[in-house]
Amino acid sequence: MNRSLLGRIWPNATAVVLVVLCVFPVYWMFATAFKPTPDIVAEDPVFFPTDITFEHFETAVNAENFLTLVGNSLTVTVLAVLFSLVLALAGSFALARMRFKGRRGFVVGFMIAQMAPWEVMVIAIYMIVRDADMLNSLVPLTLFYMVMVLPFTMLTLRGFVAAVPRELEESAMVDGCTRPQAFVRVILPLLAPGLMSTSLFGFITAWNEFPLVLVLNKQAEAQTLPLWLSQFQSQFGDDWGATMAASSLFAIPVLVLFVFLQRKAVSGLTDGAVKG
Amino acid sequence: MTVQTERPPARPTEDTQRADGGPHPRGARRRPAALAPYLLLLPAVVATLLLLGWPLVKNGMLSFQNLNMRQLIQHLTEWNGVDNYTEVLGSSDFWRVTGRSLLFTATNVVLIMVLGTLTGLLLARLGRRMRVTLLIALVLAWAMPVIAATTVYQWLFAQRYGVVNWLLDRAGFHSMADYNWTGDQLSTFFVITVLIVWQSIPFVAINLYAATTTIPKELYEAAALDGAGAWQGFTSVTLPFLRPFLYATTFLEVIWVFKAFAQVFAINQGGPDRLTEILPVYAYIEGIGNQHFGMGSAIALLTIVILLAMTSLHLRIVLKQGEDEL
Repeated sequence: MNRSLLGRIWPNATAVVLVVLCVFPVYWMFATAFKPTPDIVAEDPVFFPTDITFEHFETAVNAENFLTLVGNSLTVTVLAVLFSLVLALAGSFALARMRFKGRRGFVVGFMIAQMAPWEVMVIAIYMIVRDADMLNSLVPLTLFYMVMVLPFTMLTLRGFVAAVPRELEESAMVDGCTRPQAFVRVILPLLAPGLMSTSLFGFITAWNEFPLVLVLNKQAEAQTLPLWLSQFQSQFGDDWGATMAASSLFAIPVLVLFVFLQRKAVSGLTDGAVKG
Repeated sequence: MTVQTERPPARPTEDTQRADGGPHPRGARRRPAALAPYLLLLPAVVATLLLLGWPLVKNGMLSFQNLNMRQLIQHLTEWNGVDNYTEVLGSSDFWRVTGRSLLFTATNVVLIMVLGTLTGLLLARLGRRMRVTLLIALVLAWAMPVIAATTVYQWLFAQRYGVVNWLLDRAGFHSMADYNWTGDQLSTFFVITVLIVWQSIPFVAINLYAATTTIPKELYEAAALDGAGAWQGFTSVTLPFLRPFLYATTFLEVIWVFKAFAQVFAINQGGPDRLTEILPVYAYIEGIGNQHFGMGSAIALLTIVILLAMTSLHLRIVLKQGEDEL
């Protein structure tokens, strides 16, 4: 094709601008977190910090309850993902491999549940949890997060189970395995990558959740990291260095997981996203 | 916004289809086998009904109750019929917030879809190295947790020492040097919109790019043989091919933006003067904040009805596309 010089330059120039726009907020978070305070409150922003300091991270980590909240976030997230994985594994096997009345209905049901408007249901959930006398407890959070990630886990695992060749299972059964045995010995090992990426996405969802914990766990020691982070700035005044250090600490696990996962995510998405 | 979690990679396989046809190979065990799938699904269904279905029902019940601080503390249940609804639907506040929500959603979704699509098409045009660079940048923005991103945007748009104000000042808008972005309705919405669009473009762009890679090259060649130029090739091949994808994505974005509670609330709690409350935030502030739980539930229920209508439209499109996968 015969493209003019301009025709070759503008896509790349636009791409460079887009890269800067995408990356800058993330870069600025880390850059501010590592900058000494005089560089943060400079009249002209210091775009490439030369002095590196860890004092803001110290402020954030030494903030009251920080370690408790890390523990809370991890407990709630990991348990929610594990529980939903167990429930989804059983259900997805049925949806992918068995023939029964109402299968389509179940699938559509989970698709609807996946779009559930949790953000708008907070008042009802608050009343339920309050009547059960469980405000400021991690138990309701874990349970609700479990159901929040369950539909996605279920539907995704169903795809992974269906992708395991049926012949493998059948030959195991010919060799004398019962169906549950065939599942545990043949399908489960092959599902490992699927379980991995599904659970990591569940982890990200639960790790980021904000509206429910805002309503349910007001007490300082019962919060999770997103709620703490959203209040951090008002608590620490305009200490942007510490605020950005706190943001970084909160964001790093997700950024790492996501970059690690994105190849899978995109290829998985495109498999089903567009069909003719 | 954890965008990625809402689109299951449903894989069409021969296995599912074969499971539909043909009799079960082990006819002798038919009776227990017939119950097995329901038993396997039971725990997940019970959990969903209990923790998702019950709050929805509860929300409906609360919306017919007079439930304020007094009733809450004394555990009183006072039914008041449709009073909450007449009050909500009769108040100009509700309609103002609804209109604001729709306008807010429309603005964001148009920006997201237009800019996301353009970015996706750009990705398809770039050379390999530049494309990978842009993909990594997009993924970085996509992965940023919502609350971390709102905090960063508060800092970017900070009145003192914020980069945006510095940049505007440098560009000649000296009145913006100490501008307070969260002090005014429109400028607060501007910050929220930039934030949401920034977070949502990667999903649209990356998936759209992935979709363009599945367009057979022969289609373009055939179009070129018929004398189609670049623009005609785009309108007669690319666009029709991407249309189902664009419909589905637009609806997803509409739903996500409409219930974007975290961003709006975390940036400025719906302020200044409650002027940036969209429906989910309005329900929260009326219900939990002002302790009018009945009223809040009525607003929430009306919001849920709007969302359900959008969800069903979205699912209609998705199900039509993938009928053979069910």
